[in-house]
Amino acid sequence: MHAWLLLLLPLLSAAAIHLGLKKNAHLSALISTGSALATLILTILLLGNDIKEPLQFAWASFGGEPLINIGLVVDKMAINMMLVVTGVGTLVHVFSLAYMASDEAKARYFCGLSLFMFSMTGIVLADNFLMMFIFWELVGLSSYLLIGHWFTKASAADAAKKAFCVNRIGDWGFMVGILMLWAITGTLTFGEMNLPEGLTAGILGATLLCIFCGAVGKSAQAPLHVWLPDAMEGPTPVSALIHAATMVAAGVYMMARVFVSVGFEAFPQWSTDTIAWVGGITSLMAALMATQQNDIKKILAYSTLSQLGYMVLMLGVAHGHSTEISMFHLYTHAWFKALLFLGSGAIIYACHHEQNIWKMGGLFKKMPITAITFAVGTLALAGFPMTSGFFSKEQILHETLHSNIYLFVLVAVVAAMTTFYMGRLFIVVFLGENRSKHSKDAAEVKPIMLLPLVLLAVMAVFSGYKFVAEPLAPQFHHVPFEAKTPFFTSIGAILLGAAGAFVFYFNKKSDPLSNNPVSKAFANRLYIDKGYDQLVKYGINVKAAVIDFLDGFIINGLIVGGLARCSAALGQLFNRAQSGSLQTYSLLMGVGVLLVIYLTVFVK
Amino acid sequence: MNPVSLSEYLMVSGILFAIGLAGVIVRRNIIVIFMCLEMMLAAANLTLVAFSRHNLSTFDGLPDYNGQVLVFFIITVAAAEVAVGLAIIVALYRARQTVNVDDLTSMRG
Repeated sequence: MHAWLLLLLPLLSAAAIHLGLKKNAHLSALISTGSALATLILTILLLGNDIKEPLQFAWASFGGEPLINIGLVVDKMAINMMLVVTGVGTLVHVFSLAYMASDEAKARYFCGLSLFMFSMTGIVLADNFLMMFIFWELVGLSSYLLIGHWFTKASAADAAKKAFCVNRIGDWGFMVGILMLWAITGTLTFGEMNLPEGLTAGILGATLLCIFCGAVGKSAQAPLHVWLPDAMEGPTPVSALIHAATMVAAGVYMMARVFVSVGFEAFPQWSTDTIAWVGGITSLMAALMATQQNDIKKILAYSTLSQLGYMVLMLGVAHGHSTEISMFHLYTHAWFKALLFLGSGAIIYACHHEQNIWKMGGLFKKMPITAITFAVGTLALAGFPMTSGFFSKEQILHETLHSNIYLFVLVAVVAAMTTFYMGRLFIVVFLGENRSKHSKDAAEVKPIMLLPLVLLAVMAVFSGYKFVAEPLAPQFHHVPFEAKTPFFTSIGAILLGAAGAFVFYFNKKSDPLSNNPVSKAFANRLYIDKGYDQLVKYGINVKAAVIDFLDGFIINGLIVGGLARCSAALGQLFNRAQSGSLQTYSLLMGVGVLLVIYLTVFVK
Repeated sequence: MNPVSLSEYLMVSGILFAIGLAGVIVRRNIIVIFMCLEMMLAAANLTLVAFSRHNLSTFDGLPDYNGQVLVFFIITVAAAEVAVGLAIIVALYRARQTVNVDDLTSMRG
C-alpha cells in the first residue's frame, strides 16, 4: 500500500495546487515540499523490501484479456532509484523554498515540481513498458513546463521547445522498440518477459537499439544531446533535480530494467557494443565541450552529459556486473551532481543571477560553507579517493579494463578531462580575486539553502561506502579495494587533470586557452547545434519549396486557375459570336434557313 | 401563250427575297438596308398571292382569300414599320450625322 501512496501523494499535491491553491503561493510551496518529504519517509520505510510480485490492476482490456495494466513493482532496483528521486527531490524542494521565494509564479513552479515527482515515481515503479512510456512522456511534459518556467524570456521558451522536440525523436524509436519487444515476447510486463528460442540476432539487436533510442533522447546521448545544455535556462533547482539527478537518468534506469528482465546475454554483441560506444563518444565529446564553457551551469550540464555517457557506456559493456555498476554510478552521481547544481544555484543567487564564471572569482572567502560543499561535490565528481564518485568510477574502470581496453582508455581520458574542467571551474569561481561588482557583493546564502547543500555533501562523500550503499543501494555489487591498474589510472587522471587546471587557470583574469580554433570549436559545442539548425533549416526550405510548387503550380495554376482559364476561354469563344452586328446575324440567319431547307428537303 | 405557272411566281419571289437578304447583309447604308427589308416583305407578299391564285376552290372556282387577307395585314404592318423605322433613322441621323452602320458601334460590348 505504501507504494501507491508514493505515486499518489505528489499527484494530489500537484492537483491541489493547480486546481485551488494557485493564489496562495506560500501554502502551495509547503504542500509540495510536504508531499516530497512524505514520499521520502515512505521510501525509507520500504527499504529492505523486495516485492517482486507487482501490485496491479487492469486499466484497459481487450477481448476480456487485460491489455494495459497499471502496476507497481517495488524491487531493490526500484527502491534504490526511488531513494534517489525522493531524496534529491526533497532537498531540491527545500532549496527551492528559498531560491524561488520571490518568484512571481511560485505556485506554478511547485505544481510543476510535484507533477514531476509523480511522473518520475511512475517511471521508477512501473511494472510494464506501456505504463513506463506514459510516465516517460509525463516527465517530458513536466520538464518542458519547468524549463519554460520563465517563459517570457525567449531563450527559456526556445529551450523548452527544443527539449520537447528532440525528445520526440528518441521517443519515436522507443515506441517502435516497445512494440517490437511486445511482438517478440507477447507481454509488456517486465517480470514476465521471456525471449522465445530461435530469434535471429538481427531482430533482437534492432529491438534493443530501438528501445535504446528512448534512452538516447531522455538521457541526452549523442546525437540527441543538444537539448540538455539548453535546458539550463530553467530555474537552477530544476536543473539539479530533473536535468542532473533523476529524469536524465531515467533512460539509464529503463535500460537497466530491460537488462535485468531479459538479461543482456540475450542480445547480440554488436548491439550492446553500439550502446557502449554511443555512451563513450557522448562522454568524451561532452567533456571536451565542458572545458571551454564559461557559464557555470553549462559546465555542469556538459559534465552531466559526460557522466550519463559513463552510465550508458557501462550498460553497453554488458559484462559481469556492468548493469549494477551503471546503476551504482547513477546513484552516486545523483547526489554529487545535485549538490553541484544546488551549489551553483546558491552562487548564482548570491551573485545576483550572474552565471559567467569569469565575472565571479574569490568566492571562497565570501561563501565558505557553499564553497566547501561545492569542493566536496567537485572532488566526488572527479572521483577523488574517499568520496562516492571514486567507488563508482573505480568500478567502471575495473569493468572496462576486463572487457574492452579501448573503452578503458576512453574512460581514463574522460576522467582526466573531468578533473581538468571541474578544477578550472573551482579555481576560477572560488579562488583568485573578485572580478566583478556582483561577486564583490556576494554573501553566504540563507541557512535553508545551506541545509540541502550540507546534506547532499554528506551523501556525496558517504553514499559509496559499503555501510551506506548496502542498505540504500542493495543491488550494488561491492568490489574489495585493490591497488591495481584501475586505481593507479584513476589517481593518475586526477593528478594530471588537476595539475593542468592549476597551471592554466590559477590567478587568471580570462581564459588563456580560448584563442585557438580547437577551443573555439569546443566553446561552440563542436558546431553540432549549428549543424542541426542548418539541417532543419535546409529540410524546411526543401519542404517549403515542394509545398510552394504544389500550391502555386498544381492548386493555383491547374485546379483553381485552370478552371478560371477554361471558362474565360469559353467566354472568349462565344464572345466572338456576340459581335453585335445585325448584318452578321442576318447572314447567319440566312445560312441557317438555307441549312434547314437543305436538311428538310434534300436529306431524307 | 401558256399561263404563268406557280413555280415561276415562286422563282421570282425567291430571287426577290434573296436580293433583299443580300442587300440587308452587304449594304452599309441604313436606308438601303431598310429598303431591302421592304423588298423581302414584298417577296413574301408575292408568294402568298401566288399561292392564293393557284389554290382555286373546287366548288366555285374562286381563289383562296385567306392568303390575300394575310397580304393586306403584311402591307399594313410594313407601312407602320416604315413610319416608325424612318422616324428612328431620322432621329439617329440627327444625333450622329451618319447613316453608315459601321460607324454606329457605340452599343457593342
